[in-house]
Amino acid sequence: MHLLPLFFLLFFLSPWMLGCTTMDSSDESGPNDQSGTAAGQERARTSDMTDSDLYPRSATGRIDGDEPWNDPNNPLSNRTIYFEFDSIDVPSEYVPVITTHAEFLATNPNISVVLEGHADERGTREYNIALGEQRARAVSKMMKLHGVRSTQIEFVSYGEEKPARLGHDEQSWHLNRRVEIVYPER
Amino acid sequence: MVKRYVGLALLCIAWVMSSTAHARLTIEITGGTEGGLPIAIVPFGWDGPALRAPVDIASIVAADLHRSGRFTTIPEQEMLSKPTRPDAVNFRNWKALNQEALVIGRVHEVGAGRYAVRFQLFDVFKGDRLADYTIEAKASELRNSAHRISDIIYEKLTGEPGAFSTRIAYVAVTSRSGKQPVYALQVADADGYNPRTIVTSTEPILSPAWSPDGKKLAYVSFETKRSAVFVQTLSTGAREKVAEFPGINGAPAWSPDGRQIALTLSKEGNPDIYILNLTTRAVRKLTQNSAIDTEPTWSRDGRRIVFTSDRGGRPQLYSISVNGGKAKRLTFEGDYNAGGVFSPDGTRLALVHANRGDFRIAVLDLTTGGLSVLTQGSLDESPSFAPNGSMILYANGNNERSQLSAVSADGRVHQRLVLDGGEVREPAWSPL
Repeated sequence: MHLLPLFFLLFFLSPWMLGCTTMDSSDESGPNDQSGTAAGQERARTSDMTDSDLYPRSATGRIDGDEPWNDPNNPLSNRTIYFEFDSIDVPSEYVPVITTHAEFLATNPNISVVLEGHADERGTREYNIALGEQRARAVSKMMKLHGVRSTQIEFVSYGEEKPARLGHDEQSWHLNRRVEIVYPER
Repeated sequence: MVKRYVGLALLCIAWVMSSTAHARLTIEITGGTEGGLPIAIVPFGWDGPALRAPVDIASIVAADLHRSGRFTTIPEQEMLSKPTRPDAVNFRNWKALNQEALVIGRVHEVGAGRYAVRFQLFDVFKGDRLADYTIEAKASELRNSAHRISDIIYEKLTGEPGAFSTRIAYVAVTSRSGKQPVYALQVADADGYNPRTIVTSTEPILSPAWSPDGKKLAYVSFETKRSAVFVQTLSTGAREKVAEFPGINGAPAWSPDGRQIALTLSKEGNPDIYILNLTTRAVRKLTQNSAIDTEPTWSRDGRRIVFTSDRGGRPQLYSISVNGGKAKRLTFEGDYNAGGVFSPDGTRLALVHANRGDFRIAVLDLTTGGLSVLTQGSLDESPSFAPNGSMILYANGNNERSQLSAVSADGRVHQRLVLDGGEVREPAWSPL
């Protein structure tokens, strides 16, 4: 009798413990998808789009509908900037990605983001944490030029600890040297 | 039905526990043990009511000595006799087998669960007794007693202290597909036995560093989704957050007196080296530079700090006085030298060295400035000296799962420490 609650607890926990549930692992779209299509589109779109095109607001300033950064048709869904090895310079093809987010944030000062810096696995872990943060700060600096406030930006660098792709090859390393612009989950 | 599910669920619990807490490192020697001093370790005698001693002391001692690369041990089946008392030793038997040293001993149960281990070490050619000790222990301490015997033998025969009764800290990562990985900071005996989990998190844990007295570990944890430096006392499990500034809180390194921790902070906008006074909790900025400065390591005399900086364009090691001033560049060979750690005698630095894309463990001789590369991997990192300076433990990430390896400080002996079903990284060897 007294075993029954334990049984229910264990029954519901057991799939987790067996590791047999399948969850989507974090889904990174590669730089190729981005630089080829999305980033190119943004370059064309950001110049003549207004903030309200990106992010419809009601009269109260509250958010309507789903978050625009989760809408795959919205340029704000493109949230990753990729870097060269041991470099903190934002490659020119990603400048429009940062500009899109910066303009959005500048006109929505109530929204803040976390810039997550990452590095590939080569080299030491602590140096890679420093490198990831330098990358995040490079993105932040560009955002601030567009009027984003310091209070809207937080950094965290994980270095090589959270790779987007596992694998010890150039392709994986390229996908892992990145800054992710993370919007709050509501 | 209910019973069956409970049984299944309990099995799951057991499996989860075994895959995290009880997984043990096993050591494989991968090369370079030939040419060691020949030593015979005879199975120890046993005086007690049970059929045999709870722990096979001789086999632990033999494994320790073999692993050091300084000794060649003879298999039990090749022994012509198996004496357990000095009066039964016939040195001619051991000379015939070309053994230079001989170890015999007995385990005596002196009370319920209490044992006295007596052993003798002989020089076979001179017929001299080099050591004769009795160690008392509880059953749970018998493995440790064996390691202490190994330490005594190692020191008598090499003139250097042994490091067999030390411990290693490391981060074990278990990941199952579709799940967040679990990071566990663990401490085990130097031979991989008795693993104990110090802290676990679903966010990264890294950079464990032993306090000079071996009682505490400093480490970096991202458990709050940002980095913080913790100091944890091993005996009690009590822990304290000692640094949680905006930005990076990383790379903790203890001062030789254990009163200060050098660490990396980026609270002023850029990663720099700071010194944290553990008593007053005041932090003092040591380096001031627009480049990355990180990975401090403290010199033996406590007067200088060596760190990694990319101020010259690529990461290289620099040295600075703990009082500040001008930093002096130490490494010039190769395009990447980082993560330096001082050898216990302070004359060398182990570091991660890369030239044309292969990241390997190297040793920099601080007297001559000469750099020798000790490993052949492509993703070797996190070197840590054994407290007697004989070996360097490091992580190699070449394989699908990162594992630990060890190399003798002369680059001759190589071994691998394997954790079944998991990844191991960030090794740190305890002080003596």
